[in-house]
Amino acid sequence: MNNFIFLTVLITISNFSFAEVIHKERSLYRNIIVEDSFNLRCLKFNVKTSKTNQSCLYKDDPQKLVFNYTKLLFSSLLLLDKAPEKILIVGLGGGTMSNTLHQLYPQALIENVEIDPSVIKVARQYFGFFENDKVTSKVQDGRIFVKRAAMKKQKYDWIILDAFNGDYIPEHLLTKEFLQETKTLLSKNGVLSANTFSVSDLYAHESATYKAVFGDFFNVRNRKNSNRIILTSNNTALTSEAIITERVKSLQPKLSPYGIDIIQISSNMSSTKDEQDWSGDTKILTDQFSPANLLNQ
Amino acid sequence: MGIELLGGRILAPFFGSSVHIWGSIITVFMLSLSFGYLLGGKLSTKNASLTRYGCIFLFAGIMVLPIVAWSVNIMEVIFINIEDSRYGSLAASMALFFIPTIILGMISPYSVRLLVTDKDKSGQVAGVLYFVSTLGSALGTIITSFYFVLFFEVNSIIFTFSIALILLGIIAISFDRLSKTHKESYSGVVHE
Repeated sequence: MNNFIFLTVLITISNFSFAEVIHKERSLYRNIIVEDSFNLRCLKFNVKTSKTNQSCLYKDDPQKLVFNYTKLLFSSLLLLDKAPEKILIVGLGGGTMSNTLHQLYPQALIENVEIDPSVIKVARQYFGFFENDKVTSKVQDGRIFVKRAAMKKQKYDWIILDAFNGDYIPEHLLTKEFLQETKTLLSKNGVLSANTFSVSDLYAHESATYKAVFGDFFNVRNRKNSNRIILTSNNTALTSEAIITERVKSLQPKLSPYGIDIIQISSNMSSTKDEQDWSGDTKILTDQFSPANLLNQ
Repeated sequence: MGIELLGGRILAPFFGSSVHIWGSIITVFMLSLSFGYLLGGKLSTKNASLTRYGCIFLFAGIMVLPIVAWSVNIMEVIFINIEDSRYGSLAASMALFFIPTIILGMISPYSVRLLVTDKDKSGQVAGVLYFVSTLGSALGTIITSFYFVLFFEVNSIIFTFSIALILLGIIAISFDRLSKTHKESYSGVVHE
């Protein structure tokens, strides 16, 4: 809790005057800004709006995760029956997710896909994003990557969709067709987690679309409900509570060095089987109908 | 313009939303419009009539339909055969939009031919035509991107465009039939 207050204060302060811009560039898709304030280094995609921090790290403790939603993504581990061997991350940000996962699972193959080459460059330069024979990154549109991977019959144990942070939402990554293509990439018990929208009109449309493709899923939220993770698996029957409780226990010591409190996260998981908070006649998003940017206002 | 705008939406599932997608679409539209202008001008030199003018609309409306019917199949073939999404999207825009846009481009010069009766006024007529067609494009763009995509499926919008073109064609042709009996001259509606 103290940490939380400290962080909130830090971020608030950083938005005023103490932040020092250490790198700024206009990429093909957006403005990229790297800012330092005290111990915190953040990646931003725009200056004006306040909710623009894409990725942050503590300079003196880069291992510790800063963002809540990044931590929430780890709830995926509760649905996996074994350590993931192949992981796909769509949307790189500062590369913190990739770095953390490599430390946790040094044997796992991690593929990062990012549309903007400048983001990859900045992640390497300022956020310690590293690649080796296990960790790779590719400059490509997520949709194309998924389509090509499906053609090559690739399978992943864990797919993370994290391409929805910017000011512009890639509409073709929200549709039923895209989710179906992504589903074919999941291994037998593979898990998909998507960092999605929690407040706008898009919430209902997105929920309905995921449900249409995957059936019931888990919503994972933080206390402030500023983020929602959709957590679902190829295995239609979602993992039972008993198994989850057991996995929480074994994962807690492993994850706590990264600042992830899996016990707390697991208590914020709710299945749509028990609680569906959008109207049943919500139109699902398809390649034919996906006005995501207009809905997200 | 409405179709051009939807082009981005149509190509995205196969070729993504990188900047080069818009490069491909705009290139193809400009290229085909330029050919369309040339062809339309050429066509207007021989037996220009409102019936032929209507046929251009009719034909354009029909050539837009393959986008509705086969775009997914066409893009699939291109996606499998061309790895590079720049050339993939260029090929796909060519396959989908080249022919209909050429025909749509023919409308403007042909309209000039039909509307100009007096050499002194030809500049003014051309000016009004540019005004109407460019204003129409602007309206088409804003209405499609702000509202149509929010309420309709991409295919329904294109289908509606096609029906509108075909109707305009039929109106022009029947008007010509009627006016021939009345010996009246009529200036057609311009719409792009």
